[in-house]
Amino acid sequence: MKTIRTTAIAAALILGVASGAQAATDAKEPETRDWTFNGVFGYYDEAQLRRGFQVFKDICNACHGLDYIAYRNLQAIGYTEDEVKAIAAEFEVRSGPDEDGEELNEDGDFLTRPALPFDKFNNPYPNENAAKAANGGSLPPDLSLINKARIGGANYTAALLLGYPEEMPEDAHIPDDKHYNDYFPGNAIGMPQMLFDEVVEYEDETIPMTAEQYAVDVTAFLQWAAEPELEERKSLGVVVMVFLFVLTWLFYKVKQQVWRDVH
Amino acid sequence: MSHPTKQFKNPVLNWIEYRLPIFSLIDNSVGSGYPTPKNLSYWWNFGSLAGFVLVIMIATGILLAMQYTPHETMAFSSVEHIMRDVNWGWLIRYLHMNGGSMFFILVYIHVFRGVYYGSHKKPRELLWIIGVIILFIMIITAFLGYVLPWGQMSYWGATVITSMLSAVPVVGDDLTIWLWGGFTVDNPTLNRFFSLHYLLPFTILGLVILHVWALHEHKSNNPLGIDVQGPQDTIPFHPYYTVKDLFGVGVFLIFYLYFVFFAPNFFGEPDNYIPANPLLTPPHIVPEWYFLPFYAILRAFTVDIWGITAKLQGVVAMVMAVLLLAALPWLDGSRVRSMSFRPRSRIFFWTFVANCIFLGYLGGQVAEEPYVILGKISTAYYFAYLLIILPFVSRTEDVDEVPESISAAVSKQ
Ligand code: HEC
Ligand code: HEM
Repeated sequence: MKTIRTTAIAAALILGVASGAQAATDAKEPETRDWTFNGVFGYYDEAQLRRGFQVFKDICNACHGLDYIAYRNLQAIGYTEDEVKAIAAEFEVRSGPDEDGEELNEDGDFLTRPALPFDKFNNPYPNENAAKAANGGSLPPDLSLINKARIGGANYTAALLLGYPEEMPEDAHIPDDKHYNDYFPGNAIGMPQMLFDEVVEYEDETIPMTAEQYAVDVTAFLQWAAEPELEERKSLGVVVMVFLFVLTWLFYKVKQQVWRDVH
Repeated sequence: MSHPTKQFKNPVLNWIEYRLPIFSLIDNSVGSGYPTPKNLSYWWNFGSLAGFVLVIMIATGILLAMQYTPHETMAFSSVEHIMRDVNWGWLIRYLHMNGGSMFFILVYIHVFRGVYYGSHKKPRELLWIIGVIILFIMIITAFLGYVLPWGQMSYWGATVITSMLSAVPVVGDDLTIWLWGGFTVDNPTLNRFFSLHYLLPFTILGLVILHVWALHEHKSNNPLGIDVQGPQDTIPFHPYYTVKDLFGVGVFLIFYLYFVFFAPNFFGEPDNYIPANPLLTPPHIVPEWYFLPFYAILRAFTVDIWGITAKLQGVVAMVMAVLLLAALPWLDGSRVRSMSFRPRSRIFFWTFVANCIFLGYLGGQVAEEPYVILGKISTAYYFAYLLIILPFVSRTEDVDEVPESISAAVSKQ
């Protein structure tokens, strides 16, 4: 049975029957933003990443995990070892099995302990079903790679977070457990609007506490989560390019020299 | 000892050379002992560049394989582990990932070069056929490699492509199950694909050696497409072409590494950063860009004819689109090799190139009008060019006057 089904799906795909699903792209094109990490000389603004982490921790982490990042990785964005320890300790992770091989306590809950720096970020739900059940049937995806996994990357993520208009278009049909979003394919998203002015307290008073600012900061943080190597990659790239231009120019000169008499 | 061996001042080198004449082999292959036409253009750089990339692919591939885990629950995270935790892992992976795209860019140009200058014609037919086999195995290797990171496109691309086998009459379904090692693309599929992805590049390496061996028997063709008539037409490979190839490597590296360092996912699909999910079909399944022309050909067949399913027609056409290239030495019947002297052929050739690019564009579109009908027309031209236009035009066109010799043409400039 399973074969026949898969083969049928695949055949349908080859013939493009299933690509009708593509019709779901009545979403708006996200605007292009001026990120610090854009371009050949791109870099991360550590203060921004730390603000973004604060937004992530206070808001997004209630529903989304960050599977590929460990607390200790936060040192790369400027937290000290002690700060990282303190941050980790705010979260509980599963600790079982204990000496007796038990995974659960008397109440049937998983045994836990405070997280340590080497632990991966805590995942708010024990499994996908629990995550879906808590979110009206939609699964909040892990965010460690989200900016690489969506067309439009960081521009898309920032636009999505802000893309909840006060009035949705009249012809939009949004099911009860979904929300209207300008940028989400199909417009009906399982995530409600999360960012409002003043929901997160920033220490630096010069930074506005607006939804817009939160969105940009948390998106920058997610870019770092997806591409922690970016700064190293780009700065090495610049050196390699300069080197290659010189080398290639030399090769060209040598070639001209060697070939000068061939005619 | 009848064949000439080199003499060195260094007794160790002499000792080796006397027992294993490897230094004269090198010298006669890429050294001063290898006479090469003196008028090769930069289009002749692409062969050595492809060889260069093959070496990079094997080297980076072996390093990746040391950290990669071919298991359905671990493949995706092992690639992320390479990207995040392994020293220089991101560089190795991005070199490998973009190297695949570079390989195809270079080889496609290399092949079109051959078609244009009639490099496949006598006495280089076998050299050409080996090249087509290399292209075929490259396609399979790249497809297998793309499955390994086990993202959504890996999984669904593999599902779509492998189930093409089910189009084979009678045994198709059994064949597909046999290939999968189960009832869907699953862990056994991933394991065998990894094994084969490791094996095939070495097959390619072996074929490349045969390819170069055949090349050295009759030496390079050249932009004029006329035979070398004597020493006045040639220059030694070293230093002339070694330094020219080195310059080519420099230019190529700038292009290649630009993507590696500044736009490493330019050629990729964002969906492949979502772990494979057998229960969730992505809305738009597309193969890697270098397969898009073939994908368009596959999808151009939509009607069953005489009980032959559209799917089978598509699969056969797609395979033939590659294999038919092996017949080019006979399809192109002109007595003149180079299209520089064949104005009519030249027009159809460039239309063919444009059409291949257009097929690639169509392969990336959803199967809706007008793309479906354009795909059919474009596919028709692909085969019409190879099977009708080229055989006919090459045998009937008026050719321009061909220079008497390479040296005569070069000194005239
Ligand atoms: C109340 C739970 C909840 C919170 C809090 C939350 N999200 Fe979500 N998020 C979801 C759900 C559910 C989905 C899945 C939506 C769907 O597929 O319809 C989602 C999806 C997403 C997506 C993917 C959209 C896509 O293209 O598939 C992104 C990006 C995202 N969230 C970012 C964030 C960020 C950043 C924050 C913090 C500012 C955040 N979320 C806070 C529930 C939440
Ligand atoms: C002809 C040469 C080769 C080609 C065209 C090729 C192509 C590819 C491609 C397209 C990918 C997917 C990249 C991605 O999306 O991540 C890949 C992955 C991979 N290849 Fe190769 N490859 C070649 C040689 C090799 C060799 C010789 C090895 C091992 C010895 C190897 C090992 C791997 C591994 C382990 C992966 C998975 C890791 C990853 O996805 O980055 N490859 N290959």
